[in-house]
Amino acid sequence: MTVTTPRPAPPVTAAASPVPPPRRGRRPFTAREKRNLRLGLLFISPWALGFLVLVAYPLVYSLVISLFNHTGFRTPTFIGLGNYSRLVQDPLVAVSASNTLFYAALAVPIGLVVAIVLALAMNRKVPEVGLYRTALYLPSLVPIFALSFIFVVFVNPNSGLLNQFLGLFGMPETNLLGDATSAKVIIVTMAQLGAGNAALIFLAGLNNIPESLYESARVDGAGTLRRFFSITLPLLSPTILFNLITGVSGALQVFTQAYIVTEGGPNNGTLFYMYHLYKSAFSYAQLGYASALAVVLFLAGMVLAVLIYVLSRRFVNYDVTG
Amino acid sequence: MTTTTASAPVTPDRRSLRRQNRLRRTTSGIIARAILIAVSLLFLVPLYWMVITALKSDEELALFPPTLLPESWNFSVFAETVNAFPFWTQLGNSVLVTVASTVLAVLSSYVVAYGFACIDWPGRDKVFYLVLATIFIPFPLAIIPMFDLFAGLGWVNTVLPLIAPNALGSAFYIFLLRQFLLQASTEAMDAARVDGAGEWRICWQVVFPTARGALIAVSIFAAVAAWNDFLGPLIYLQDPSVQTLAIGLQTFSTDTDTEFNQLMAASTLTVLPMVVLFIFFQRYFVRGLNVGGFR
Repeated sequence: MTVTTPRPAPPVTAAASPVPPPRRGRRPFTAREKRNLRLGLLFISPWALGFLVLVAYPLVYSLVISLFNHTGFRTPTFIGLGNYSRLVQDPLVAVSASNTLFYAALAVPIGLVVAIVLALAMNRKVPEVGLYRTALYLPSLVPIFALSFIFVVFVNPNSGLLNQFLGLFGMPETNLLGDATSAKVIIVTMAQLGAGNAALIFLAGLNNIPESLYESARVDGAGTLRRFFSITLPLLSPTILFNLITGVSGALQVFTQAYIVTEGGPNNGTLFYMYHLYKSAFSYAQLGYASALAVVLFLAGMVLAVLIYVLSRRFVNYDVTG
Repeated sequence: MTTTTASAPVTPDRRSLRRQNRLRRTTSGIIARAILIAVSLLFLVPLYWMVITALKSDEELALFPPTLLPESWNFSVFAETVNAFPFWTQLGNSVLVTVASTVLAVLSSYVVAYGFACIDWPGRDKVFYLVLATIFIPFPLAIIPMFDLFAGLGWVNTVLPLIAPNALGSAFYIFLLRQFLLQASTEAMDAARVDGAGEWRICWQVVFPTARGALIAVSIFAAVAAWNDFLGPLIYLQDPSVQTLAIGLQTFSTDTDTEFNQLMAASTLTVLPMVVLFIFFQRYFVRGLNVGGFR
């Protein structure tokens, strides 16, 4: 993701100035700057209020209430790190965390590859590309809950289409949702129907790569694969990074599909972390414990995002622009 | 390609190179087409199955193997489905939440984006990095604090918790609109400032009309997000009379002994508005994805 920076900010240091040095090395704001500062802050005040109410308050409140036994019915009682020590021992945390990581490890890389392949294919600019774009984007518009209902019907061993299709390849009739691993794979497969969205973002990225780069590479005798790895992939890397980070963040929150299609089963095989959090909070009224779960999820998500960002720095190329 | 002067004779060498080029283009075109057609069909199968299953009679649904086309098209299923659960009330709730959320989110995000793009104040770009950072903050952390807050306000079991937060802008929409506003020309704005127009008036009367395309794109994103939201309504709406279709479908499918055809008919009716929206505004969708300046 590139952020366009508009005009360069005016220089704020006045180190060489003979007049008495201004406080903290800054010259005082001019009248115009003061006026603009007031106006600017006024215009962004909805966001500033949103930051306080929707970001800062939840962060602080979660940290605090995770130290309490809080059910929503009685006054919360302080129990220190009790919720966290319970979390470490809760077998369902280990199960749901590993289910979630299994899902993320499959769904995110597959999703990126599918989206990039679709974007490359659409970039061939066949005349009827608008048709494919519509078909590929349509499932992204279908609410996940509706898609989940469709899959309930689709995967049904008696009347579903999927079993019949697999039967063509000699697979015996099975209840694909009856096995923990295949149920997770079904949910990973479902997620791929959303690839149209990422594919269009990648397509926009591909359109920004100047054709001249490919032309000169071709003259230099670079083959298709060489051009892909030396031009396309490096220039697409910021988009890949953005999709990777948002993809991982989304995968850690996977919930709706399991809630509707499998209800966490079979045998907790699709009990994802977010589902465990939801149940703890709203089925068992363990709001304090659920807050501890949320804090851990938040930290895990942040650590993963920073890790991906740092590790990717060697590969992501922001320099060559279209 | 190497540049050729118009008069240069076409050598056999060059001709074969060109033929090779054309051949390469055709084969890659064929492969691209094959991939696009195959995946498009694969992506449409679930939607096809939804509509087909809805239109099958109860007896036909029991057949094994399932028929790929309904033997008799049972269109009355839609009337039966609509009467089987409070469809119209919940459709109304979904529309209310979607329209109110979209209007609030787009207008507030626009004002904030204007503050980040069109007014040059000290520290502006540093604060904007904070906006960007919040795009990546996972939402689950806010669930319980916001639930306690809205419960304290007595807003549980109303649609207010789903609508009100949108008035405070959305980081992603602010980002998209700011990118657009930065690319816009500043001439009209500067002229209005010279004429002594206030910033608020410039924001709405000079810049707002020029941002139409970007505003429509963001509106569509916001509408789809609101219409498709599941966890929010699941947490806050308990009474069938205040529930949106997202939750109505869920209780409808588990409470009653629902037939698959009715469930799929209800799903079709829920999906339809978004499909219509997409078909009418397709070019704005695509532009919205481009405005972001993703590279």
